[in-house]
Amino acid sequence: MVRLQDLPVEELFTSGHRLCAGCGAGTIMRMTMKALRGPTVVVNATGCVEVASTIYPYTSWKVSWVHVAFENAAAVASGIEAAYKVLRHKGLWDKHVDVIAIAGDGGTFDIGIQALSGALERGHDFLYICYDNEAYMNTGIQRSGATPHGAATTTSPAGRKIPGKPEFKKDLIGICAAHGIEYAATASPAYWNDYITKVRKGLEVNGPAVIHVFAPCPTGMRFDPSKSIEIARLAVQTRYWPVYEVERGKYRLNIKVPQPKPLLDFLKMQGRFAHLFQPDFQRELEALQRWVDENWKRIVELCGEKI
Amino acid sequence: MAKVMGLTGNEAIAYAVKQCNVDVVAAYPITPQTIMVEVLSEYIYNGEMDAEFICVESEHSALSACIGASLAGARVFTATASQGLALMHEMLYIASGLRCPIVMGIANRALSAPLNIHGDHSDMMGSRDCCWIQIYAENPQEAYDWTIQAFKIAEDHRVLLPVSVNIDGFILSHSMERVEVLEDEDVSRFLPPRKPLITIDPTKPVTVGALCLPDYYFEMKFQQIQAMKESCNVIFEVNSEYESISGRKYGFLESYAMDDAEAAIICLGSTAGTAKAVGRELRSKGKKVGVIKPWIYRPFPEEELIRALGDVKAVAVLDRACSFGAPFNALCSDVIATLYRHGKDLRVFNCLYGLGGRDITPADLKAIFEETLEVAKTGKIKEYVKYIGVRE
Repeated sequence: MVRLQDLPVEELFTSGHRLCAGCGAGTIMRMTMKALRGPTVVVNATGCVEVASTIYPYTSWKVSWVHVAFENAAAVASGIEAAYKVLRHKGLWDKHVDVIAIAGDGGTFDIGIQALSGALERGHDFLYICYDNEAYMNTGIQRSGATPHGAATTTSPAGRKIPGKPEFKKDLIGICAAHGIEYAATASPAYWNDYITKVRKGLEVNGPAVIHVFAPCPTGMRFDPSKSIEIARLAVQTRYWPVYEVERGKYRLNIKVPQPKPLLDFLKMQGRFAHLFQPDFQRELEALQRWVDENWKRIVELCGEKI
Repeated sequence: MAKVMGLTGNEAIAYAVKQCNVDVVAAYPITPQTIMVEVLSEYIYNGEMDAEFICVESEHSALSACIGASLAGARVFTATASQGLALMHEMLYIASGLRCPIVMGIANRALSAPLNIHGDHSDMMGSRDCCWIQIYAENPQEAYDWTIQAFKIAEDHRVLLPVSVNIDGFILSHSMERVEVLEDEDVSRFLPPRKPLITIDPTKPVTVGALCLPDYYFEMKFQQIQAMKESCNVIFEVNSEYESISGRKYGFLESYAMDDAEAAIICLGSTAGTAKAVGRELRSKGKKVGVIKPWIYRPFPEEELIRALGDVKAVAVLDRACSFGAPFNALCSDVIATLYRHGKDLRVFNCLYGLGGRDITPADLKAIFEETLEVAKTGKIKEYVKYIGVRE
């Protein structure tokens, strides 16, 4: 595990960007840049980080950075990786280049899943990072395939009849790992050394790697911006967000949670779940708790651990 | 003595791409383009072509990967048709907006629904405003020649725009013809390795594809407008240089028997071949007809068209794609706009033909020539838009 004193002082994701106060994604970008090992190109899908970090003529990036569109970060990364490979082979380029694709949950779970699947199947040597703030926060908080059950968004509102999103979250890492890739992992910015270590690991494997990181969003999840890291920690400690990795198909639980904090502690801090605390919607809270329990059990079993 | 091969349109483009020393090909199969991708795969898998082939999961990803590779400094090719081009639509604008000199072969085909795999120009015409230089070939020889020239035009620093080389689906993509090819060394001399203006070289970090709000977006687009204009000079230079190595003369358009013509047909692609044959026959009977075939559709060859038209009195413009609800179809609208802009008043009518691969026969073209001659004589147009060979 990386130590604080190992991290470079230089900031490659600089201040001055226009992400919201307390934005988890901004913190994650900064941490990501601390894990680099050499020449790197970042491909950023359309989303919060993209629009807020590169408003022309300004940029927060001190690495080469490319934005093409919303759904194709993995495809663009494929092209970049292939280009450097062949240019190097032809003697027109002389260095290894790390390629990192970064997308939100909308750009990954929904509109970008095909391009991601294609790139993983083809085995390009790149790292894909999904910063998951669990809805389309950039366009004003619409539900995605990553939005948890019961959460209110502008397209799954806390209605009198339907109290927030009826469906449950997709298993992104399961989908990615099923491609037989070298490395896949989840992370939380509250456990910075775990996350940074994983980014480095993802860069070091030959072939595709995917990191799925929880990105607390004060604006969309509706909590006090000073509480971002606390929320990110609670997500792990309530077993809502299991932190694990899959290396060549082998699951490993990175953060054990023998005595979970109550899920309600995590939910209560966030306005997106506030409506569930009405007596009528008790069953939705129970459904979410059930999902958390089952998901945890499933992951822990895959990791070969006892609950 | 030039080397001669029997090549279909698809094969001619693929052979040219091989000789152009392309670095990255990212493509997805679709009828009638598939063979282009298959042949390129064979070249690469057999070691005849030193390139990375990215066998993507969709056309959208094909062009996305091409954009990434092009930004990294590679020479890049892709190919598609019809639905594939429609799926790429979003990326077409981004490729030109990010100034990626990608070359794409398109075996033009109708758009669904109803599903149809045969040739018409609906695909490219549906994307004609995407700031790509658009070339239409009449036969496999032209497809070969233009593909080689396309890279040189696209990669010129005065241009830096993507280029599409269009061939009529099946009619050209699958028809084998005699093609004179250049020696590999001649192509290499004509087209040295790409020298990109700016790349995403990670040792000299750049930000590409930033968010441009109302304060800068328009200027970005204006630069593309200027690049499209500037490409006219580059196309002219590239054509001249290509003529010197191949002996084949290209330009913005081919003007056939136009010197003293009174009536003319303007059309794109393979139909021009039939039109020229019919025109020759009518000429032998003393009818003063000619044919104008734009090779370059974007940038639209205004000056050249006006020059080629000379003193012609009436023109039939043939469109192979429908602009539903518009006063005229695309090519005809461009011709009329050009005439207006240059203060030239002559009679123009529009013939929509060949949708979904319906044949256009010599008899059809003869009838169109006859009608154009009649319009030239009387100055009267019966129908401004005619539908050739449709059962109404």
